Amino acid sequence: MNSNHNKSGLSTPLHYREGQGGGSATQYIELFSQCEAMICKHSAEVLNSPRAKAVADFQRLGFPSRKAEMYKYTDVNKLFAPDYGLNLNRLSIPVNPYDAFRCDVPNMSTSLYFVINDTFYKKEEQRLLPEGVMFCSLKEAAEQHPELVSRYYGKQADTGKDAVVALNTMLAQDGVFFYVPKGVVVEKPIQLVNILRADVNFMVNRRVLIILEEGAQARLLMCDHAMDKVDFLATQVIEAYVGAGATLDLYELEETTTATHRFSHLYVQQEADSNVQLGGITLHNGLTRNTTHVTLAGQGAHISLSGMAIADKRQHVDNHTVIDHQVSDCTSNELFKYVLDDNATGAFAGKVLVREGAQHTSSEQTNRNLCVTRDARMYTQPQLEIYADDVKCSHGATVGQLDESALFYMRQRGISEKEARLLLMFAFVGEVIDTIRLDALRDRLHLLVEKRFRGEMGKCQGCTMCK
Amino acid sequence: MDKDSKDYKEQMQAEHSTPLHTGRGKGEGPLLSIKDLHASINGKEILKGINLTIREGEVHALMGQNGAGKSTLSNVLVGHPAYEVTKGSVTFKGKDLLAMSPEDRAHEGIFLSFQHPVEIPGVSMVNFMRAAVNEQRKYKGQTALTASEFLKLMREKRAIVELDGKLANRSVNEGFSGGEKKRNEIFQMAMLEPTFAILDETDSGLDVDALRIVAEGFNKLRTPQTSAIVITHYQRLLDYLKPDIVHVLLNGRIVKTGGPDLAQEIEQRGFDWIKKEVQTLP
Repeated sequence: MNSNHNKSGLSTPLHYREGQGGGSATQYIELFSQCEAMICKHSAEVLNSPRAKAVADFQRLGFPSRKAEMYKYTDVNKLFAPDYGLNLNRLSIPVNPYDAFRCDVPNMSTSLYFVINDTFYKKEEQRLLPEGVMFCSLKEAAEQHPELVSRYYGKQADTGKDAVVALNTMLAQDGVFFYVPKGVVVEKPIQLVNILRADVNFMVNRRVLIILEEGAQARLLMCDHAMDKVDFLATQVIEAYVGAGATLDLYELEETTTATHRFSHLYVQQEADSNVQLGGITLHNGLTRNTTHVTLAGQGAHISLSGMAIADKRQHVDNHTVIDHQVSDCTSNELFKYVLDDNATGAFAGKVLVREGAQHTSSEQTNRNLCVTRDARMYTQPQLEIYADDVKCSHGATVGQLDESALFYMRQRGISEKEARLLLMFAFVGEVIDTIRLDALRDRLHLLVEKRFRGEMGKCQGCTMCK
Repeated sequence: MDKDSKDYKEQMQAEHSTPLHTGRGKGEGPLLSIKDLHASINGKEILKGINLTIREGEVHALMGQNGAGKSTLSNVLVGHPAYEVTKGSVTFKGKDLLAMSPEDRAHEGIFLSFQHPVEIPGVSMVNFMRAAVNEQRKYKGQTALTASEFLKLMREKRAIVELDGKLANRSVNEGFSGGEKKRNEIFQMAMLEPTFAILDETDSGLDVDALRIVAEGFNKLRTPQTSAIVITHYQRLLDYLKPDIVHVLLNGRIVKTGGPDLAQEIEQRGFDWIKKEVQTLP
């Protein structure tokens, strides 16, 4: 480890030398073997114990090539190849997010929290949460409640199946822990703002663990931002456990930069009669790969999974989803829409697995895409695997252009071509925004999307990032 | 252009020699002047030399069988990108209409009531009309209407065509019945107050009551300055609108022009006698 080029003294550079064999995976294994003690020292035992297996899995798997079905449209190897700095020493970052960042959702009263890179930013807001609810640093939770965290940590995110998950498990030191005990309703939505902050090209490995016990209810909005104009590579693994009869709304909104590469894995396991609403919105990004894996493990569980991406320039958005109907009488509803402009690339792969005995499954999947230019590319791949005979499953995928007759109709009424296009694109994604169950967030998103289409970044009041 | 200018003059003279321009308006020059207009779609010529002059306040009926070029003419006048004008000129209020974008033609006061109004899912009537009205105001150097001013205007104009308030809150034409779509066209005309309207088979698909509401709505909107081209197959719409001049289009040309009685004659006798007349011309 040397930190010659490291201005801030915060980061540990990777030792990547071009021309050497071994591919980009090697540098991470070397990094881990050299820094294991440091990584573990600044984390907690619950997070440290799965590292050995993760390293072995990562070594065995290596980064997937584009021949791998799972990563057909996103070149993982290439993205992990450059030399990024890491903050394995976990030196504190001189920024106060409450001063620097005031992006808020107007008319939405939330409990607001920040994570800078992988560090949970403390505030005295904890006591505002209902009795027994925890929303805090994962490392702290793992130290204070090791039996609780270890019961769930890493149980869904299988390091043996995905190299990026293995890498995250190997290197992640902290993140967020959210726990809602049995029967507790968290009325106020929680907003978590993830901020990427660094002076050099930088890698972040973040981990989120969400536990909703039986009958619990909570709504969480996670917003991703990148504060600096360096290259970021961020991996994130979220594991959510939703107990019987529990309700979870989880919305993720990405508004980063064209130099940000995001790899996010979201695992959700649902018990009987649970109800989960997932919304993934990519409003501004560089390269994004979101993997969502939902396991319907208890009868009567319902998942609604919606996603939306607006991309232009050379932006890339890849959503890979798996919904696993393990038992009978579950419902899943999936809707993804993309608007691709310029040379943007989009990919959607949606697998619905209905296992033997998962009778009376009802599953609907829709993926609709607009390619605004000839150079925009969309790859869509619905995939149904059904091993039960009394089920109702449907899927549909389209890739198209704006409706020319509607455009002309509007222009005849005096609406300029540019405005008419905006109205049509806005209408197209409106359907996804309307699935959101938080009124104020829905209104906010309508506004942000409009701004995005008009070529303005989501500007908000009093935020240094937006100035 | 130069090569054809002699032809233009002759055609103009020919047109002016007909004593049919008895318009109600007091305007000086013609509002719309179409000269030797040729237009094609996908390389196929549909309009083969249209000459037509419309003065302020005049209502012209355009009749003819399917495929004669009636809708093509209306599409060319509003600047539909699928049609290519290969020859001829169109001036509107003294300006070169063919050089204008479709939206600027609309801003100048041209309105097309579509034969097949387009459904636009996800775009509400309110947002659609607000964009249209405010862009027109911008073009005229006026300030945008406030939300309450706009909604008041919507309410007033809706009453003219008895358009249900619920429809106004829905997406543009989505799930509207055939009659509701046509009523919605006239509602939009009421909002935009055009000086020149083209009604392209606005009567098709309407029952007797809906036809009356649409036609009376149009008449209420009409001012002494409003001109129109009414494309129709039937006399019943013309009974309401009372055209000044009736043209028959055949094979991309206007082959016969007459007064209101011509429409009545067509209603009784069809078009075959006109075809024969054309064929027997030298």
